[in-house]
Amino acid sequence: MLASSLNTLQQRLLENFQHNLPLSPTPYAAMAEQLGVDEAQVIAALADLRDKKVISRIGPVFKPHRIGTSTLAAMSVAKQDLSATAAFINSLPEVNHNYAREHQYNLWFVLTATDDAHLRAVISMIENKTGISVMSLPMLHEFHIDLGFELNHS
Amino acid sequence: MYQPDEIDWQLIEYIQDGLELVGRPYASLATQLCLSEVELVARIENLQCTGIIKRFGIVIHHRRLGYKANGMVVWDIPDQQLIDVGKHFTQFKYVTLCYQRPRHLPQWSYNLFTMIHGLDREQVITNVETLNETCGRFPHEILFSQQCFKQCGAHYVYQKRTEA
Repeated sequence: MLASSLNTLQQRLLENFQHNLPLSPTPYAAMAEQLGVDEAQVIAALADLRDKKVISRIGPVFKPHRIGTSTLAAMSVAKQDLSATAAFINSLPEVNHNYAREHQYNLWFVLTATDDAHLRAVISMIENKTGISVMSLPMLHEFHIDLGFELNHS
Repeated sequence: MYQPDEIDWQLIEYIQDGLELVGRPYASLATQLCLSEVELVARIENLQCTGIIKRFGIVIHHRRLGYKANGMVVWDIPDQQLIDVGKHFTQFKYVTLCYQRPRHLPQWSYNLFTMIHGLDREQVITNVETLNETCGRFPHEILFSQQCFKQCGAHYVYQKRTEA
């Protein structure tokens, strides 16, 4: 993304509203009022940013692990079935990461659900559909990554 | 700690993929739930105040990192040393995730998961060797990614609770 390819209104929208969208039933009108432009101009500028894939959405970013439940799941899939199985896993809305990895366990994905019962149901459904058991590895403890502190042992 | 109620979950499901670019983006959900738009906005504010929503606004597409290679490195660390080793790993800039997960014996003996980045495969291997040297050497494996099939933010699927 080049800042120069954005018009002034788009730059001002990105500067002002990445963290605090106005909490109003008419958020775009509220943004327009703050910036001294029309609501239609704000909506057009945001639609253009979305079409150019500069922004992915206008909405919430959730704190990881605060609500719901998730797990890292691994499966050992025969090589010739890998892409079909991966496509099936991708089709599930509960899946938010899905990678093939070099290992006997060669398909790794993250499942997110609102509660444990929902998570267990999705895992059972995957096992029934594929005939392959799913190894579920929920996070037990997160070691906080202290960004900006660098050790050089090399 | 505040947990979302059923209306919150429906609101989360509605807004998680982004608000529509229309003058009143909450109007149709408000009608559906028989609530006012002001009440829905107040619920979003509550989800922010209670730390469920980290931020609410324009979300920019992630730019690709300069790192070309990443390896998920799994370690078998004796339980009594796990906390110390996990903390040790977090000091290195190429470690971007560090989680304790359960073992599944006998087929899976690894209990510490790290994501290790590098400009290429060799650098990832070198970085892992540094980690291993400095933590006292433990069994580990590097699982390089071959193909990314899907990568997106967590997506909550609301299922209406039914009485059994």
